[in-house]
Amino acid sequence: MQLSERDQAMLDGAHGAAPQLAMSILVRMADVYGAPELMDISQAHIDSTIYLGDATLEFAERLASLGARVAVPTSLNVSGVDACGWQQWAVTPEWAAKAARQMLAYEKMGAVTTWTCAPYHTRMRPVFGQQIAWGESNAIAFANSVIGARTERYPDLLDICCAITGRVPAIGLHLTEHRAGQLLVRLVNVPRALQEDDQFFAVLGHLVGSLAEEAIPVIDGLVVSPVEDQLKAFAAAAASSGRVALFHMVGITPEAPTLDAAFQGRVPPQVTDVTVDALCAARRELTTTDGAELDMVILGSPHFSLEEFTRLAPLVAGHQRHPRVKFLVTSGRFMKEQAEASGVLAPILEFGAQITLDTCILASPMLPPEIKTLMTNSAKYAYYAPSLLDTRVAFGSLADCVRSAIAGHIVRSDSPWPS
Amino acid sequence: MAVLIGRPIVAGAAQGDALVSHAPLSFWGGYDFKTGTIIDKHHPLAGVRAAGRVLVVPFSKGSSTTTAVLLEAVRAGTAPAALITTGTDSFFALASIVAGVMYDRSFPVIALAAADFNRLESGQRLAVHEDGKIEAI
Repeated sequence: MQLSERDQAMLDGAHGAAPQLAMSILVRMADVYGAPELMDISQAHIDSTIYLGDATLEFAERLASLGARVAVPTSLNVSGVDACGWQQWAVTPEWAAKAARQMLAYEKMGAVTTWTCAPYHTRMRPVFGQQIAWGESNAIAFANSVIGARTERYPDLLDICCAITGRVPAIGLHLTEHRAGQLLVRLVNVPRALQEDDQFFAVLGHLVGSLAEEAIPVIDGLVVSPVEDQLKAFAAAAASSGRVALFHMVGITPEAPTLDAAFQGRVPPQVTDVTVDALCAARRELTTTDGAELDMVILGSPHFSLEEFTRLAPLVAGHQRHPRVKFLVTSGRFMKEQAEASGVLAPILEFGAQITLDTCILASPMLPPEIKTLMTNSAKYAYYAPSLLDTRVAFGSLADCVRSAIAGHIVRSDSPWPS
Repeated sequence: MAVLIGRPIVAGAAQGDALVSHAPLSFWGGYDFKTGTIIDKHHPLAGVRAAGRVLVVPFSKGSSTTTAVLLEAVRAGTAPAALITTGTDSFFALASIVAGVMYDRSFPVIALAAADFNRLESGQRLAVHEDGKIEAI
């Protein structure tokens, strides 16, 4: 591999101990990727913020103690604790203290304290074609696919090395030729009514994630125009059930104005068809409870957007959640401020909802043990909660989530999903 | 089983009982580093302890935090002894490299051609060698 003079100087320690450590990890990874050289990025998003235990904390504090500073504008993903609200939950003081130390370590490196898994909904949203290094599976898929920015699928511990050096291996999704579709996913006889349903894009993402395996999927046959939150739901679902870091939707996403463009003029190497039956099966997979008992409605994975707050407000206005059912929305500081300013947060709080910022129920051990059954409209929450939290999950539309919270038990309408 | 020739992504030597699945795995939401057990309820190996074993899965999927969970597992002594995949899995490689930097405890990550990958079965006692060679012992 060819290192630039500056890369080599960093590797030799001329820029200090932290860039040297970051560059040494980056160079070894460039070798793993088979990169011919490194290239510049102009932004980073750090997923290493998630506190898991002593190792993630020691890694962060090691870099911070060496004086690490990010070399490019850098946003931060969720942390392990809602610094302002953890006391209301089952988080232990020891966990809160250590998670806060990890937050401080990344703050010290000069990153912007966005603390969100939806960095595309902050002022640091990248632009089409921008070379970036993002961690967080949903954000990677969103940035590449919906915005057309360019990031590899960066893992925790490497994202921060890219930010400190401002460099990435020149491979994969950074390069035009590796962004072509590899698997054509054709929707076959999927009626408009189903495509218009609130759950459709999350379910489709859950299905495509497992179908795609390691390929870049191209979805053809959509007759609706999804809004960003629907694309976000698709991205998060496909990056949970699978490893999708880039997808194209013909006529919808920026690198796929046509089927031909999505495949960069090549014949699709693989084709698979998606039927209503397969979608129904995927939707059923996201629900792991057969009872009606409900302990909590959980919304906001990825973090709830202003538009989602705005959609939720009229559904809850004038109602009260059932006293036995908690109603929690996880979001970022910036979105919550905007929701507050625009007036849509007030009816949500009056309904009895709680808001958790900076983290989520998967990244912070906040749920008390009596919470056994969740309901959500997020395929990502539905995918991970049964394994990570040992809870049962009902997956449903936003409206059904609200209806259930009011009724005190799970209410799910199967229309327009054939049974 | 004859000797299989793998490509060392991160070179190293290890021995352990094979634990094989053809389903990809996310370690975040999929692996409890406190116990070394696979916990992804969607995964065929759910409930199986992988600590100290040679874990054979085609590739990592899902969360970016897979690497951090593996690093925690190395620190806690609950990581697999080695990982064998079908392609170059950058997540598993990074976890091993950082485990080497932080704790001087990297683990072998080996890529096998699909035909060879398909010859591995759970329960075989495997030796993974520095040069990427894998043999039943």
